[in-house]
Amino acid sequence: MKEFLPLLVVLSPFIGFAINGILGKKMSKSLSGMIGTLAVITSFICSVILFLQVRSTGGFEIKLFDWLTVATFHVDFAFRIDELSTWMMLIISGIGSLIHVYSIGYMHEDEGFARFFAYLNLFIFSMFLLVMGSNFVMLFFGWEGVGLCSYLLIGFWFKNIEYGHAARKAFIMNRIGDLGLLIGIFLIYKNFGTLNFVEITGLLSSGMHDVASIQWITLFLFIGAMGKSAQIPLYTWLPDAMAGPTPVSALIHAATMVTAGVYLVVRNASMFQLAENTTHFILIIGLATSIFAALIGLFQNDIKKVLAYSTVSQLGLMFVALGVGAYTTAMFHLTTHAFFKALLFLGAGSVIHAMSGEQNILKMGGLKNKIKTTHLTFLVGTLAIIGFPLFSGFFSKDEILEKVYMHSPIIWALTLFSAGLTIVYMLRMYFLTFWGSFKGTEEQKKHLHESPISMTFPLVVLAVLSLLGGLLNLPHFFPHGVAQIQADWISRIPSMQALKVVGHEEHGSLIYILMGIAILVVFILGFIVYSFFNKKNFESAESSSGFALWGANKFYVDELYNFTFVKTTEWKGDMYYAIIEKRIISPFAMSFAKISQFFGKSLRRFHDGNIESYLLYFIIGIIYFVLLILL
Amino acid sequence: MDLLGFENYLWLCTALFCIGALGVLIRRNVIILLMCIELMLNAANLLFIAFSYKWNNMDGHIFVFFSMLVAAAEVAVGLALIVLIFRKYRTTDIRMFDKLKG
Amino acid sequence: MEINNFVFVLLSLITLLCAMGVVLVKNPIHSGLYLVLTMFSIAGHYVLLSAQFVAVVNVIVYAGAVMVLLLFVMMLLNLNKENEPLKSFKVKMLGALVSGMLLVSMVAMYKVKMTTQSMAGIPISKDFGYVKPLGNLLFTKYVFPFELSSILFLAAIVGAVFLGNRNKIEQ
Repeated sequence: MKEFLPLLVVLSPFIGFAINGILGKKMSKSLSGMIGTLAVITSFICSVILFLQVRSTGGFEIKLFDWLTVATFHVDFAFRIDELSTWMMLIISGIGSLIHVYSIGYMHEDEGFARFFAYLNLFIFSMFLLVMGSNFVMLFFGWEGVGLCSYLLIGFWFKNIEYGHAARKAFIMNRIGDLGLLIGIFLIYKNFGTLNFVEITGLLSSGMHDVASIQWITLFLFIGAMGKSAQIPLYTWLPDAMAGPTPVSALIHAATMVTAGVYLVVRNASMFQLAENTTHFILIIGLATSIFAALIGLFQNDIKKVLAYSTVSQLGLMFVALGVGAYTTAMFHLTTHAFFKALLFLGAGSVIHAMSGEQNILKMGGLKNKIKTTHLTFLVGTLAIIGFPLFSGFFSKDEILEKVYMHSPIIWALTLFSAGLTIVYMLRMYFLTFWGSFKGTEEQKKHLHESPISMTFPLVVLAVLSLLGGLLNLPHFFPHGVAQIQADWISRIPSMQALKVVGHEEHGSLIYILMGIAILVVFILGFIVYSFFNKKNFESAESSSGFALWGANKFYVDELYNFTFVKTTEWKGDMYYAIIEKRIISPFAMSFAKISQFFGKSLRRFHDGNIESYLLYFIIGIIYFVLLILL
Repeated sequence: MDLLGFENYLWLCTALFCIGALGVLIRRNVIILLMCIELMLNAANLLFIAFSYKWNNMDGHIFVFFSMLVAAAEVAVGLALIVLIFRKYRTTDIRMFDKLKG
Repeated sequence: MEINNFVFVLLSLITLLCAMGVVLVKNPIHSGLYLVLTMFSIAGHYVLLSAQFVAVVNVIVYAGAVMVLLLFVMMLLNLNKENEPLKSFKVKMLGALVSGMLLVSMVAMYKVKMTTQSMAGIPISKDFGYVKPLGNLLFTKYVFPFELSSILFLAAIVGAVFLGNRNKIEQ
């Protein structure tokens, strides 16, 4: 039974993928939607059971079969079921199921319905492999799989070539990160001789390593995380990925795939703790990403793009937490972020649905009375992300700020600045969308309607989670029964157990001060933005000059990349074609054809239809046989 | 009976065979071609009988029997074909029958 | 056995000369007649090898039926010396060369492969060459080919008749 459950967790979405992929066209939409959703719900139930089991007996490893064996290199196809992986599994399957339910309503009109669910299931399958793998190879397998599904799903409406380009961009940028990850894996094997997580942690704690190689390993692993979790410089694919359907953005680019980088670091926490340079690097990159993305998000007018940059920014925050060694805090923020970001994306999808496809927030307004459920849930999500007191985001952000302050007050100030930016752009988006007067066309006004229950139900569930999610990791000063539930849970994995315990000073009153400052910032900025928008009934929109224009154009980063990387590659490709392909390879391939032709032509002369010559060849053949016997 | 050494039959038959081959290569009239083929067949038959005599085995005779049989049938059918071709082409020159060209 | 040798040599000469005649004379009718003479001389060889039955069959079937057929067809097609097409000298040379090569290679083969042992013979039995042992063999050991040959003849007859009567059938 114990072995069967993880297998079921993984196989269930895969079977869903197979059924929807092969028979999808022939089934009715509701049937294929049901199969896809049921597959993930099955995984969720099994994940819950496994979670409870791990709670009672601790983590364990299940080997399915010997996978790769080359001389001394040995890799098993095995699952590591422990606290971290079950936590991730719950997030993936839980939010995944909600998004599947949502998709049944959202993708109802689409003819690629079954294909969508097939890809979604394949994604869930790959993500499971990623988090459940017991060694780096399994992780990489899932890593690549989610990259592939991201490509398939971003470019889902493939008839539009722009979407295809966005998908390709996402895949290529991911690939760059993957190269880093691969090099990291190679170095790990070279240094440790094994790729199994638990074994590596064991080797680390027994002290058999040298710091220099650990620095390089962690650096390369982080490069992989940079690609997957959209940090500077490999983040530009995520906003472009909004070309895909909204459920895809919610699932992949908010809740799961982008968190793979964070998972990777937490899984190898003891290794990262030993590499100080890398952790400093992570901190800087995370902080820079957080602020930079928030600045861009401030000037965006597409509702999904704002949320995309918000995701990049929040991921930056998670990496800031990792950079100061607060691994459980990062996981906490990952969890709460999964809740409220998925909620925000699904809510945005609901808004877009209500506005008959309009995505520009400048053309919305005054929707709060028209689509009540969406509005309320969206409000909950917004409050959660800005860190409004008692919502889940408040607790997770606050913990990050607290841990950062203990590392360095300057970094704390910068992080606070990033949080402030978050408040501003999120509230700007909220007010422009739901308050004020309606700025859309008459056609859209007529069609404004609330979404069906298949879409609103997940919104409500996620709103509740965003509200109550904070309970998972209440600060220390709460009674022990409820405080730090999640942190204690995650700390039980081997990698975390091997962490050298950092001296934990009890900053009793400091915590309250920090918390107070954060709350104050929230309220002040919130009030400012509210009054700004409410007074002017904000009309003009397009950023026209200076910094605002730069921000709206994403600080021209894409253009920079295009110029430096894309153009040179295209030029190289052209050169190769002109020289190598035309002059060398083509004639070489043609030469085979020419030789055959030559032989054909020359042998053809023997077939002249002349019986005399045929008879001559007869006799010559007889002579040949005689000579054979002779010699 | 000692017949001047047995090899002489070998040379005789070989010579006959090669004369037949020469005829096949040289002559252009299709009927004469058939006759030269008959000559070759006869050479082979003679060899069979010679060896049958040598080994005191009647199987050689049987073989010759069947060989003549087949030759007769072949000539019959072949001549029918030649007559048909002649009706069409009005000549028996084998160089004119080049429809298998290419 | 002097007289045997003498007969053998004579017969061989006649055979070879007539064969050359078949190949070399221009007039097709003459060529056919030379072939008849060749058949007869070969029949003589058969008798010398105490294959009497085969000799007679040779004369009846070959000289009697096959050659007559050939000569009839030649007369039907009205072939004579004027109709004979000429070949270029080059082709004739090539033909002579190739058949010469054939002769030489076959002789060489015999010379190389023959040993005195392989040329030793077995004295013949009393009934050798008579009809009786032949018939015996034919109907016991070779009965299957015998039956098949009847089918062969049937096919040949039907084929020849059909080909000959083609116009009438198509009408």
